[in-house]
Amino acid sequence: MPTLVERPTRVLFFTGKGGVGKTSAACATAVALADRGLRVLLVSTDPASNLDEVLGVALSPSPVAIAAVRGLWALNIDPVAAAAAYRERVVGPYRGVLPATAVQSIEEQLSGACTVEIAAFDEFSKLLGDEAATAAYDHVIFDTAPTGHTLRLLELPAAWTSFIETNAGGTSCLGPLAGLGAQRSLYAASNAALRDAARTTLVLVARPERSALDEAERTRRELANLGVTHLTLIVNAVFRATDRSDTVAVALEARARAALAAIPAGLAALPRVEVPLLPFGLVGVAALRALSRDDATDASPAPDGVREAPVEALTLDALIEGIASCGHGVVMTMGKGGVGKTSVAVRVATALAKRGHRVLLTTTDPAAHVAQTARERPPTMEVARIDPAVETQRYTDEVMAAAGEGLDAAGRALLAEDLRSPCTEEIAVFRAFAEAVAQGEDRFVVIDTAPTGHTLLLLDAAEAYHREVLRKPSGSPEAVRQLLPRLRAPAYTHVLLVTLPEATPLHEAMQLERDLARAEITPYAWVVNQCLTTLAVTDPVLRARQAHEGAHLRELAAHAKRVALEVWRDAGASATTATSAQPAP
Amino acid sequence: MKNVQVYDPAMCCSTGVCGPTVDPLLARFSADLAWLETQGFTVERFNLSSEPGAFVANELVKKALDGEGTECLPMILCDGVVISQGLYPTRRTLANRVGAKLEPAAPAAAAASCCAPAKPGASGTGCC
Repeated sequence: MPTLVERPTRVLFFTGKGGVGKTSAACATAVALADRGLRVLLVSTDPASNLDEVLGVALSPSPVAIAAVRGLWALNIDPVAAAAAYRERVVGPYRGVLPATAVQSIEEQLSGACTVEIAAFDEFSKLLGDEAATAAYDHVIFDTAPTGHTLRLLELPAAWTSFIETNAGGTSCLGPLAGLGAQRSLYAASNAALRDAARTTLVLVARPERSALDEAERTRRELANLGVTHLTLIVNAVFRATDRSDTVAVALEARARAALAAIPAGLAALPRVEVPLLPFGLVGVAALRALSRDDATDASPAPDGVREAPVEALTLDALIEGIASCGHGVVMTMGKGGVGKTSVAVRVATALAKRGHRVLLTTTDPAAHVAQTARERPPTMEVARIDPAVETQRYTDEVMAAAGEGLDAAGRALLAEDLRSPCTEEIAVFRAFAEAVAQGEDRFVVIDTAPTGHTLLLLDAAEAYHREVLRKPSGSPEAVRQLLPRLRAPAYTHVLLVTLPEATPLHEAMQLERDLARAEITPYAWVVNQCLTTLAVTDPVLRARQAHEGAHLRELAAHAKRVALEVWRDAGASATTATSAQPAP
Repeated sequence: MKNVQVYDPAMCCSTGVCGPTVDPLLARFSADLAWLETQGFTVERFNLSSEPGAFVANELVKKALDGEGTECLPMILCDGVVISQGLYPTRRTLANRVGAKLEPAAPAAAAASCCAPAKPGASGTGCC
């Protein structure tokens, strides 16, 4: 059986913008290699992993044999669970030995974002840097996290090796992982493994869309800068219309061809495999096996008729109308990468501005294209971006000015050292986000890609720690203190959960919704992007996909209070044929 | 050579840069310890969240924790004697209690960043 990666090295990393089919491609490759009689370990390091769903098996941090595929094991590194396990290793021995308040204060402190990041990285390093840990397998395949996170994860071995080297004093932010220095050789080994072309291949996964290919090219360049140059490219979901009378099918195909014709030169030079758009969702082992076959696009005839949305409909404009009636506040588009959050954010911001409202459109996503996407700029709309590098510098300068005042040279050097820690960027971005949210007091602020509920909770825990444990005001800016109350107020903040009418993005968005619920934030509505549902398609692959969509839309309608459907349209077209849905009573 | 031991409350890092905001007091105190080292002291620092074992191992610290809870932190010991607890002293206070000699210029600015400077030889409540 062919695999998606020719002449695979022992270690494969799959990376790409969320929603491009990274997990599917990694799983299909793992299944194909196992079917050849090889022993394969499939690893997910994605905090929002859907490996469980794709394989139909509940995964854990230890390898689980996949019954349906001989020779395949899989595990999922959940960063939160890894952090919890780490916390228990530290705290466990002192329960009953130290007073309860002391144990509790340790637990609080080890609930921070850095502990999660470090614990996950540690787990990842054990697999990558320790040959013995994976000696039983012929191949180790990593289904990595969405791009920004992946890069940070991949960047860490280099960044941290130098961090540890220059931090002999040990008075650094790495406190949460006391044994880190001892892990040095492990991290050095991870580092070497990533750059060894004989052992490791980075598989870039993209869809035949301009933004996804640009993103893959950015990743390629960043990896090249990190010394990782052994790459290969998979273009997933390439559609070829079989019914030339179907205008949607022809437009879909033309758009993919145009994107591929304009592929960045750096990507064009890589070995490339194209995977056709499949008529079915890629869930389950049988579907994964089909991904590697040539006959994968043979669609079974779809039932005729379905043109009506399978759920009752409103318009997205009606959603916007509801938001506009509040006069000001925050709109956040959230969802897995690649589902069209940016385009929804741009649509909402533009529509609000056209109604005469003052609008700030901004993003925290380092890989977003808000500025490019917003082609139309009403005079009352301002477009901005929270740039992590800029914010980190600003925050560093601010801290050096405030806390560094009155320090001698040695003290300033010590502080500057601590500010180089990997956590600084996260805090800086978070503060910038809080400032953007605060601006919603007198205008609309539309934020594309906000921090997840998980991040909000972690940072809130840090704030609460200062407030309650140290019993002193944390000195946090007003915007940070008001952040959660603002995000929790339904009249102030409207969260739009954006998804595609497919199983994986839908279920991941539901996960995100639960995550937000833990932070006591309730989304205003769901937006299902790129629906084929109400279009008059005749192409067999599109007809089959349309039928699949119906099931997902009905599932969502039964689950959510407000659902808007954005119909797939040609990138050039601007007509708002959007419908939106409310479940039938 | 005198040995100074600092038992910090549970915290992410010694300067507090990882929290939602930076505590200038922590940054200053870290600098003060670095200064003590240049004066020939050995300095050991233990963070409750990463080295809880050290807190159990020291009888004085363990006893204070059992009695007062985490209120007693930070605790500072010099050659096994408690010289400060429950707060981060100024450089002047710290220097006085461990018997370090302040240079005339450098520490003045640092001490000014805290509260009213303690009188030389003052004991008990010390700084803030």
